[in-house]
Amino acid sequence: MQDVDAHSWDASKAALPAWSLPKHAVDRIALPADWPEHVTREWALGGSTGEGVRVCILDSGVDASHPLVGELESAVVISMDEDDEIVASEDTEGDVSGHGTACAGIVRRLAPDARISSVRVLGSSFTGSGAVLLGGLRYAIEEGFDVINMSLSTTKKPFASVLHELADNAYFNRTVLVASAHNMPVESYPWRFSSVISVGSHEEPDPLDFFYNPSPPVEFFGRGVNVEVPWLGGRVLTVSGNSFATPHMTSICALILAKHHELTPFQLKSVLYLTATNVGGGK
Amino acid sequence: MTEQPDLRAAVAAGVVGSEESFRALLSAIVEVARSIFGAKASSILLLDEETEELVFEAVVGEGEDTLRGTRFPAGTGIAGWVLATRTPLVIEDVGNDPRFASDVAEGTGYVPKGLMAAPLLHEEGALGVLSVLDRPEQTLFTLQEMELLGLFAHQAAIAVDLLLKARKAELLLQEGGRELEVVARLATAVDRLEDEQRDAGLKLLNHLARTLGA
Repeated sequence: MQDVDAHSWDASKAALPAWSLPKHAVDRIALPADWPEHVTREWALGGSTGEGVRVCILDSGVDASHPLVGELESAVVISMDEDDEIVASEDTEGDVSGHGTACAGIVRRLAPDARISSVRVLGSSFTGSGAVLLGGLRYAIEEGFDVINMSLSTTKKPFASVLHELADNAYFNRTVLVASAHNMPVESYPWRFSSVISVGSHEEPDPLDFFYNPSPPVEFFGRGVNVEVPWLGGRVLTVSGNSFATPHMTSICALILAKHHELTPFQLKSVLYLTATNVGGGK
Repeated sequence: MTEQPDLRAAVAAGVVGSEESFRALLSAIVEVARSIFGAKASSILLLDEETEELVFEAVVGEGEDTLRGTRFPAGTGIAGWVLATRTPLVIEDVGNDPRFASDVAEGTGYVPKGLMAAPLLHEEGALGVLSVLDRPEQTLFTLQEMELLGLFAHQAAIAVDLLLKARKAELLLQEGGRELEVVARLATAVDRLEDEQRDAGLKLLNHLARTLGA
């Protein structure tokens, strides 16, 4: 956080206070109302390829040599050193399970010009995996990715408050956190937080079909059943699960942000709502 | 928190049930899971926290004679991903590639073409993974099956929790030696008594407790 020099304070030029709006500052936050009268999916993402949007796959790593994935912008692995410090280093190992490669492949297929990065939080050690997960999320938020795909969750309550804080930081810093919802009767995080876009599965075959759920905590349903994806060793598998619905919603977010880069996570959620298949979808 | 956890464990070991009965419950769960999904095999893997390995605890179908007790690293592979992320998933290998699910294949020579896996979650912990291998190929997977898998995993997690508690109690009992064994035997004996005999037994124990100043 930057320090503020009290002696050079100039109310007309300084950043707005975070929690009030002085009368003289009202004009300064006038925002262009360039949204159409009816927000359509065509307006939101029509013609978009996700160009320039930075997408982070926070997962098991990504195999960039798979032809359905292609070049990554960056790849790091998060681990715990001897002093129990969380460190990020260049990842030369690729993918330790295949799942991250599958997620990256979905994003590449739907948003081919998005800039995909991998942050690996699995495989370096099993114990301490919660701390590594938190470290990886913190790293990704600090890197300022536009969208973070998080097809994983933790059931450890002590991590919940830190995750909550990280999710809010992302939300206020224009990083969209897209997280898999849990479909088992357990409490897990961070998908339950309102600052993230939580995703469950639907069974429709159209990859751009997505549904708004009027009964949260799961807010959206993306395609998550019988999806063809790249896997380790150049293979292609058919997979199902919320963890594959999540990169579908990540891709949709990337497509929208490529056309409307100014959108905050709050505004993006509004566009998602207005263009969901069961709301205004596709029309 | 008790001041005498060993004694409590001894009593628990005497009455909560044996490891064998909980293992039988796990076997029954994988048997039903395999049958309901029409699958070729089903298994429960438990996490060994000390060695960071997954161990086959219950297996039915392909590999049931050889897999039990087989171990592999918990940090990698599909089961490792499911465990670490607490997230279920379903994978079908459209190419029928022998490298698929190598963690299973290496132990048995049996190469599944597809698997469903869900984490065994109890309270805040991930105890292991439930796998169902090779559901019928001709049918497309549905969300209903995913829900069913989650329900089986929930049931299995409760059984695994009981198994682990029984093991812990048994271990404490062994470490505690003959003194604790007497307490466990006493607890087992009282637990088996019925009606008036049970009342009389409990009364006797109460007198004993008072005499000992408890």
